[in-house]
Amino acid sequence: MQGLRSLLPILIFTALYAALSLSVTNSYYQLVMTLVPVWAVFGLSWNLLSGYTGLISFGHAAFFGIGAYATALGQIYFGVSPWVLIPIAAMLGGVAGLVIGFPTFRLQGHYFALAMLAYPLAILYVFEWLGFQEVTLPIQRDNPIAYMQFADPRLYTLLALAMMLGTILLTRMIERSRFGMALLAIKQNEAAAEAAGINTLAWKLRAITLSGAIAGAIGGFYAVVLLVVTPQSVFGMLVSAQALTVAMFGGVGTVWGPVIGSVILIPLAETLNAEAGSRFPGIQGVIFGLAIICVILLAPEGLFWKFRDFLRKRSAPRAGMTPRAPDLPLAAAIPALPNSSRPARSQDEGNVVLEVRNLSRSFGGLKAVQNVSFKLRRNEILGIIGPNGAGKTTLFNLMNGFLRPGTGEILLDGRDMSGRKPHELCEAGIGRTFQIMRPFLRMSISDNVVVGAYVRARTDAEARQLAAEAISRVGLSDIADRVASELTTKELRLMELARALAGQPRILLLDETLAGLGHDEANEVVAVIQRLARDGMTIAIIEHTMQAMVRLVDSFLVLDHGAVIVEGEPEAVTRDSRVIEAYLGKKWVAHAPH
Amino acid sequence: MTQALEGFLQALTAGLLIGAIYGLMCVGLGLIFGVMRVINFAHGDFMMLGMYAAFYLFTALGIQATFGSALGPFVAILLAGPVLAVFGYAIHLALISRVSGTRTSSLEGEGHYAQLILTLGIALILQNGGLLVFGSVLASIRTPLSSSAWELGPLFFDVSVFINKARGIDAVVSLVTMTLLTLLITRSRIGKSLRAAADNPTAATYMGIDVDRAHRVAFALGTGITAIAGGLLATNYPFHPFVGVEYVIVMYAGVVLGGMGSIIGAFWGGMTIGLVQQMSTLVLPTQLQNAAIFVVFLLIIFFRPQGFFGRMVERT
Repeated sequence: MQGLRSLLPILIFTALYAALSLSVTNSYYQLVMTLVPVWAVFGLSWNLLSGYTGLISFGHAAFFGIGAYATALGQIYFGVSPWVLIPIAAMLGGVAGLVIGFPTFRLQGHYFALAMLAYPLAILYVFEWLGFQEVTLPIQRDNPIAYMQFADPRLYTLLALAMMLGTILLTRMIERSRFGMALLAIKQNEAAAEAAGINTLAWKLRAITLSGAIAGAIGGFYAVVLLVVTPQSVFGMLVSAQALTVAMFGGVGTVWGPVIGSVILIPLAETLNAEAGSRFPGIQGVIFGLAIICVILLAPEGLFWKFRDFLRKRSAPRAGMTPRAPDLPLAAAIPALPNSSRPARSQDEGNVVLEVRNLSRSFGGLKAVQNVSFKLRRNEILGIIGPNGAGKTTLFNLMNGFLRPGTGEILLDGRDMSGRKPHELCEAGIGRTFQIMRPFLRMSISDNVVVGAYVRARTDAEARQLAAEAISRVGLSDIADRVASELTTKELRLMELARALAGQPRILLLDETLAGLGHDEANEVVAVIQRLARDGMTIAIIEHTMQAMVRLVDSFLVLDHGAVIVEGEPEAVTRDSRVIEAYLGKKWVAHAPH
Repeated sequence: MTQALEGFLQALTAGLLIGAIYGLMCVGLGLIFGVMRVINFAHGDFMMLGMYAAFYLFTALGIQATFGSALGPFVAILLAGPVLAVFGYAIHLALISRVSGTRTSSLEGEGHYAQLILTLGIALILQNGGLLVFGSVLASIRTPLSSSAWELGPLFFDVSVFINKARGIDAVVSLVTMTLLTLLITRSRIGKSLRAAADNPTAATYMGIDVDRAHRVAFALGTGITAIAGGLLATNYPFHPFVGVEYVIVMYAGVVLGGMGSIIGAFWGGMTIGLVQQMSTLVLPTQLQNAAIFVVFLLIIFFRPQGFFGRMVERT
């Protein structure tokens, strides 16, 4: 029901647009009416990859052009109908996406964007060289309908609208599934997503394949509508720019963005071109550019988000007052900590869940981690301390697969896991949090945590269930619907903890979870960690606040210059002169109590 | 045999000469990208403005009459640099600074989306505004040097190489400009603040460097440098208001090749692009010259994404 209701605006919009298009009689305006949904679909295909993953593609014209040329050439040389060719164009676009994506996804940020820029332009020159400077689709007089050639141009508009509706529905489905969640997680922090058990490469490849397929299909349709294909008009830089302009103008990461952008910008540009183009060549480009600049300065994330944030701000005070019913049975207050401590841990070798053996890693000449060995027993809390630059976070990065060890082994239940990818280690049961928090700011706590649950859950419902359990374990159930941008540092830390817990890890690696917290807040988080340990979790924690650590941990591992200097119980470690020296310098060793 | 050798040497020379201009062009963009990390789509169009600025300075503002047809173009070109630098300074002040530098932390994707679309908007205005103001007729900066050449040789086996005089002087001007820029960046106080702002904006702020101002200076310098390169190019290649789109790719290819953030790297990157473009004519049809650039560009991105001179910085 909820899904249907959210689709209502889209269906109403499509119906209204269709009605409007049927009332247009001027053939030029009919063409404009067709181009709006065409560019909207192209913008949506761009949005599916770049809007959700944050990897900006300057090269979507590659897929568009491949689709357009496939459709045009297929009809000219083989006499095949566009009804068949457009699906083929979609397939070719998808294949192109896969072929381009596989090598290009190794690049990040600007490199990815710039590499994407090169593909359509390289193809452009190849097509020019092949002699396809201008390809005209033949007019079919015998059976025009079978060749998608309609006497009434309004039918093109309806067809384009149908494609747009299909693309919107598809995007909506993806948005709400684990596919969409995975893409959003990649956008926020690819490393964190990988650590949360998401196979980022696989999801990105799926996204670019689908995106390429949609772009290929709409490119094919564009060729049918305009009847003429030139390399510049389908592979040119302005074509790629068109996709990102309509999407960014309207708002990225939402189905409405490209639609809004296209509805406003395309008629504007076309009308200006028709009205003033002959007297002032280029006037439409100037005004188009001015419109873009104005919007970007006033609403840099697109019209849709500006509008939504505005609405949210207005309705926020009321929403705050409405009492919320507990949404899930688990959303109960967490019982207070009982006084009894956790069951005693045996020092039995059989209880070792994780063993690190002679682990080393260096960056150039810097030995960040050298020859570190330790054992983590079931239900133990191990505190990892050491001065800044001692290699603590690097050690975690090695343990969860962000970095490949130079030498050494990481044995999980006796199996060597070193060199595996982070999402594989997450699947194997190692969860972690980060020193620098990367929450998904526009998403609620629940949605943030669900991302971490997909590694265990087979269905979306199961993921929701796991997320709710994890949220209740950290005590955030009451505010689970709140948007992350409204949370305090403590709540964000707890939310990150819940995200790691949602994947049901057996071992948690906590990287400075108490950083930036006040004394009382730190105590609350410590209580949550203690409760996790009581429930059987094995934890390794990096922390600077010794006061909190001494109460929390069972044993310490002290690192300095990448190597273990001391290992043992809190009592002994805090008195060890080597530890005091590493932390405070030689001078203070004499003052330390012995 | 002799003919093939001559063809090779001639292509090599042409590549080196055009590469010197491409190198300077890339340095302009590389400076902006290296310091600000902003992808400026309008940079090719800034260069287009530089070409027209040099053109009008030369023909309309009396430089041709004062300095003559041989020296005049180069005076005009060197003057176009500061003109465009002022323009770049203003554009940064009015527009770019709103979505970059210290203001971007609150924006999604650190403002990259906003920067992209903003510079796209600027590019659209410049291209189409250029069409309105300058018209669509091809323009060029004519000098008698463009149609005469020095002959080197015969070197050996009766092989000689011809150097177009205008291109030869272009390359020299380019190298001198490059040297002056390098001195400015490595020796001067302003250069040091640029490097600091590029290396670590936060730390630079703590050291009392006005990072936004450093960005503005970088943007102005980069625009001016590329304008000079554009003017040099215009002595040999006719241009039109949409010429920027053709070169912006060359610029990015060069910057990435050299390693983003490295100024000297951007020069060698541009030089490589020039060489690849000219040498490819020996084996490929002319239409595929530019396709060859992109293929090389992609290969480098895949196998050495940090470029020739860049270094990989990994952050978790």
